[in-house]
Amino acid sequence: MSDFFNVEALTGLGYILASVLFIFGLKQLSSPNSAIRGNLTSACGMLLAVLVTLLDTGILDYRWIGLGLALGALIGLVIALRVQMTGMPQLVALFNGFGGVASLLLGAVEFAPMQVQGPDGAVVVAIALAVLIGGITFSGSLIAFGKLAEILPGRPLLFPGQQAFNVLLLLAALGLLIVMPLGLWEGQRVELLIGLVGIALLLGILAVIPIGGADMPVVISLLNSYSGLAACAAGFVILNKVLIVAGALVGAAGLILTGIMCKAMNRSLANVLFSGFGAGADSGGAGATSGGEVKALSIEDAWYLLEAARSVVVIPGYGMAVAQAQHAVRELGELLEANGAEVRYGIHPVAGRMPGHMNVLLAEANVDYDRLAEPQDINPIMETVDLCIVIGANDVVNPDARSNESSPIYGMPVLEADRARTVFVLKRSMASGFSGIDNPLFYAENTRMIFGDAKDVVSALVAEFKGSE
Amino acid sequence: MSGEFILLLFVLALAIFLGFELISKVPSTLHTPLMSGANAISGITLVGALQAGGAGQDALSIGLGVAAVAFATINVVGGYAVTHRMLRMFSRKDRS
Repeated sequence: MSDFFNVEALTGLGYILASVLFIFGLKQLSSPNSAIRGNLTSACGMLLAVLVTLLDTGILDYRWIGLGLALGALIGLVIALRVQMTGMPQLVALFNGFGGVASLLLGAVEFAPMQVQGPDGAVVVAIALAVLIGGITFSGSLIAFGKLAEILPGRPLLFPGQQAFNVLLLLAALGLLIVMPLGLWEGQRVELLIGLVGIALLLGILAVIPIGGADMPVVISLLNSYSGLAACAAGFVILNKVLIVAGALVGAAGLILTGIMCKAMNRSLANVLFSGFGAGADSGGAGATSGGEVKALSIEDAWYLLEAARSVVVIPGYGMAVAQAQHAVRELGELLEANGAEVRYGIHPVAGRMPGHMNVLLAEANVDYDRLAEPQDINPIMETVDLCIVIGANDVVNPDARSNESSPIYGMPVLEADRARTVFVLKRSMASGFSGIDNPLFYAENTRMIFGDAKDVVSALVAEFKGSE
Repeated sequence: MSGEFILLLFVLALAIFLGFELISKVPSTLHTPLMSGANAISGITLVGALQAGGAGQDALSIGLGVAAVAFATINVVGGYAVTHRMLRMFSRKDRS
């Protein structure tokens, strides 16, 4: 009996159950109705994994880890409950970085005691990978956080020879991955480890710095995947299956999202990561620049068109997030519906700064998710749409992506707003957008520009509507 | 490379395929909560950090281990809490 009910078996069974709960949790995330349960299921799995770990006979001193747990839980809760929905992209990036640094630290701790034991080469490879991937995730996520929170400039930062330097760093990291398990330079283990940490942190910074704000959905997805892979590597360090299963699930999730985001921009991952897209000032393609003139519209005139519209498609972009206009947008949508119009929202997968960014904001504003449609659903009916309202979106509605082969975004699947009968474009000014790509939609015959802060403009339209009743 | 290590590689291969199967079914509306929920799961490193920080060896190991515990816990607790907040908005049906 004692063989059957020992602590080790209990811990092992607990980890298996935790893995199952993670898997079920992710499965339930696939529908909006069961997603809350899914998240709770997954959280229960985590709680179980932590509890059985605390039973571990190897843990001799609970004081310090208790302190770490309490401190981490408090900080995590406070941040999570206080953040605004518009701040979600940078928050996800920040948490991601913390997961990465935890793997890095774990790898570092496990490296020291092996000086005595004589290391297993495979485990040392795992340690080096946990440190390397964890470090890249950490510094890369912090840079992404800085860009998203607008502490750092959002535009791509490039310096001459950057790519060659990155390749050198990567080679150095690979060299360490070979040197460390072979046990070369045994006396300098700590120096090797510190060198690897330094290279990893530098790589993370240099990998994300050349990537522009509009490409952030790809970067966040990829860093998300890395944090899973780092946890996976950490699992091989301490020979623990639950880390490997959970890490692999997260790694797969991040990779799938990365793939979806790249596909939505019609670009390869390599292109996103290395091209410094939008760094050049005049990437517009010479011949493309602006045909006609811009037709501005007053709020009052806009209202006449809104009032008459029977079908309306709203296309939100990052500008809606910046202006925090989602609540005003929902209010306008409800007024339009009360006025007899059919209102839908066209959501491009890369609108905003992270996958699903627009969906979260509209959900916060209480817009029914049944009204949200993806490009492939909304484009075929675009010709029947009376009015298309583009709010702070630019590249995702650029007709050049379909018709101008010299445009840098040619081939990207876009929302074909220009095919609607009338298009409103809400924009702060005519200053060229983040990517610097010219957008002929602004000059189209059926387009009317409404200049101003997205929230102010939408609120003014709402007020106009209410005043007319 | 030990037999246990090989077994772990086997687990890894299966888990990756399982992950791809599970996640490819998540609708785009839920991509942000998926990401932040998955992010919370990646805090599973906490398990290793607890073992390392509680093993009570030298001060440096304890310090690094406890720092790992704190960071991983922020990731886990914050990740689940913020995902829950987001998902509550998605399921809200009472449109007042």
